[in-house]
Amino acid sequence: MRHILSIILENEAGALSRVVGLFSARAYNIDSLTVSTTEDPTLSRMTIVTHGSEDVIEQITKQLNKLIEVVKVIDLNESEHIEREMMLIKVRATGKDREEMKRMADIFRGRVIDVTEKTYTIELTGTSEKLNAFIEAIDRAVILETVRTGASGIGRGERVLKI
Amino acid sequence: MQISGAEIVVRCLQEEAVEFVFGYPGGAVLEIYDAIFKQQQFKHVLVRHEQAAVHAADAYSRSSQRVGVALVTSGPGATNAVTGIATAYMDSIPMVVISGQVSTPAIGLDAFQEVDMVGITRPCVKHNFLIKDVKDIAPTIKKAFYIASSGRPGPVVVDIPKDITQQLTEFNYPESVSIRSYVPVAKGHPGQIRKAVSLLLGARRPYVYIGGGAVQGNASEEVRELVRMLGLPCTNTLMGLGAFPGTDPQCLGMLGMHGTYEANMAMQNCDVLIAVGARFDDRVISVPSHFLSQPKKIIHIDVDPSSIAKRVKVDVPIVGDVKLVLRDILDLLRQNEQRPDPAALASWWRKIEEWRSHNSLLYTPSDELIKPQSVVQALFKVTGGDAIVTSDVGQHQMWAAQYYPFNEPRRWINSGGLGTMGFGLPAAMGAQLANPDAVVACVTGEASIQMNIQELSTCKQYHIPVKIINLNNRYLGMVRQWQEFFYGNRYSESYMDALPDFVKLAEAYGHVGIRVDKPADVEPALREAFALKDRLVFLDVITDQSENVFPMVQNGKGLDQMDLPPHMRDIQQVPFENNRDYGNMC
Repeated sequence: MRHILSIILENEAGALSRVVGLFSARAYNIDSLTVSTTEDPTLSRMTIVTHGSEDVIEQITKQLNKLIEVVKVIDLNESEHIEREMMLIKVRATGKDREEMKRMADIFRGRVIDVTEKTYTIELTGTSEKLNAFIEAIDRAVILETVRTGASGIGRGERVLKI
Repeated sequence: MQISGAEIVVRCLQEEAVEFVFGYPGGAVLEIYDAIFKQQQFKHVLVRHEQAAVHAADAYSRSSQRVGVALVTSGPGATNAVTGIATAYMDSIPMVVISGQVSTPAIGLDAFQEVDMVGITRPCVKHNFLIKDVKDIAPTIKKAFYIASSGRPGPVVVDIPKDITQQLTEFNYPESVSIRSYVPVAKGHPGQIRKAVSLLLGARRPYVYIGGGAVQGNASEEVRELVRMLGLPCTNTLMGLGAFPGTDPQCLGMLGMHGTYEANMAMQNCDVLIAVGARFDDRVISVPSHFLSQPKKIIHIDVDPSSIAKRVKVDVPIVGDVKLVLRDILDLLRQNEQRPDPAALASWWRKIEEWRSHNSLLYTPSDELIKPQSVVQALFKVTGGDAIVTSDVGQHQMWAAQYYPFNEPRRWINSGGLGTMGFGLPAAMGAQLANPDAVVACVTGEASIQMNIQELSTCKQYHIPVKIINLNNRYLGMVRQWQEFFYGNRYSESYMDALPDFVKLAEAYGHVGIRVDKPADVEPALREAFALKDRLVFLDVITDQSENVFPMVQNGKGLDQMDLPPHMRDIQQVPFENNRDYGNMC
């Protein structure tokens, strides 16, 4: 099953490689990973999307907690949460496709952020499923390039992950 | 007053009351070695290979409860240390390894003797540091000792670039250390402890499974009290030998792949199991699904939460320091008059005695050929069971574990997790230096000993009078055994041709060498060797080449599906269903 793990860790050189190394050494899956510093510059927040059985997710959480630089780990799946991912997608926009691409971007609440005579670059934010749906909805042949950030997640309501 | 980074390193080690630093100099650590030259407080032991430095520091720690320290240079010095670090990591040994690094401006430029030590060791250390500022040396070394020795212990690497050791700053050693992201649990959860006690008291076929955590956690006394208070049968793992006395009848011996029949059968058939600092690894329980096929309730005490529910789901997990958790359990038991049903327990013991009566460690003695098992038994006799025994890896290791019943913890020193050949001799050095008055024996084989034999030179330099018992069967014995069992006797590359004359070799290094090839000479030779108290004696014992280690639980089989020694072959065991489960196995 797909899980979203939220991790607070020390913003130190090498901390990211410890997390990534742990996943590869123990043969866990990483579907996506995002990381950046928080409002406290000594801390980083990471969101990892992974999948595995409940036993595997339990081990992943425990192994992450064991890393000295990891301050806190939560599995966002354990309660209500929100996730967002951003995608930049460059598509061919010529002839009748040009109008169609603009229309599709509007339907998915995307924004065209760069335009040339032959292309549009569209910025799209939403859940990973929504981004997948957009890719499914348009003609594969017009896609020139996609860049996705991977999901970031946060708990819903007043629940906060802080140290 | 400002002092150099190198002097700070030395002062830090002095502050930590380090007794011995095992190491080897080189370009990147010359400043540190110069600072060592100018001090008297700790002693540096110059090994002949960095791997041996780390093994020696490791065994120093295992035999003394203190943090072992090794010092190596950058590049090849650092990579040579990696096997030693991984060995300590797998067995949870507290150690600080200081490695030199090329100067900071040269890092990343493929400089001479540069290697990414922090990167290379990341998967086999508890933690590691690359120091980038001379002011960070003291706090980092303080943290390194704290991390290495707290919680589940483990090795910590501190990589220090050469220019940092040359820069100057004030020296202030921190009094204490606190790391917000690292807070090891000590006390167990009281609710879980109550559950554990009630499970134990309701048990009809209870069993205590004692692992290396009981040794590293210094919980031997508490384990003994628990086992004796309730009259329980118990078993020690390879890493737990000595936590409960091996000669005590309540101990069923070692369990696992080469465990005794009774220890393995009890493990499979118990109804309540309490695991104390043990981790249900593949060499102990073999296939988890088969192990759990007979229903049992499991209590698991471990300081490392990730050890719990890793291979086996348990009913009562207790995260905490095993010593403190056991004390809490004992307190509750003392307040409670209830005891496990005596009739059920008596019947369980009768079953166990029936298993034990088969004497699964029986072997056929010989007047012609020296049986390796008999050498270990003679060693036990000659040393009064009182020696610190180190071993390498293979058949000799299993025979030492099976036939030398350890009655105290920290007397049996072996590479259980990583299985590192070449561990025995440097480990014996570390153990002897930590315990100058103890009798230290290294039980090894002619293959393993050659993986770090150069340390005979170190032993000469520092007058380390260990006794090497080389069980010489001219084969990589355990490999040969597997080839016999599973590969149709095709002994691919397991025969050791062109062996050296070990007696002359020992003599060339300035030691005493004795060759033994008759069964009647084994005990007298051992007596002669141990009588030479201030000399290293290399006993080259020519043993029966065909001997195998029994019992044996093959990969993919259950604990009640053992390959038994010849005299037990007619015993009906649980039939082997094809339940091979190679996940987590090798």
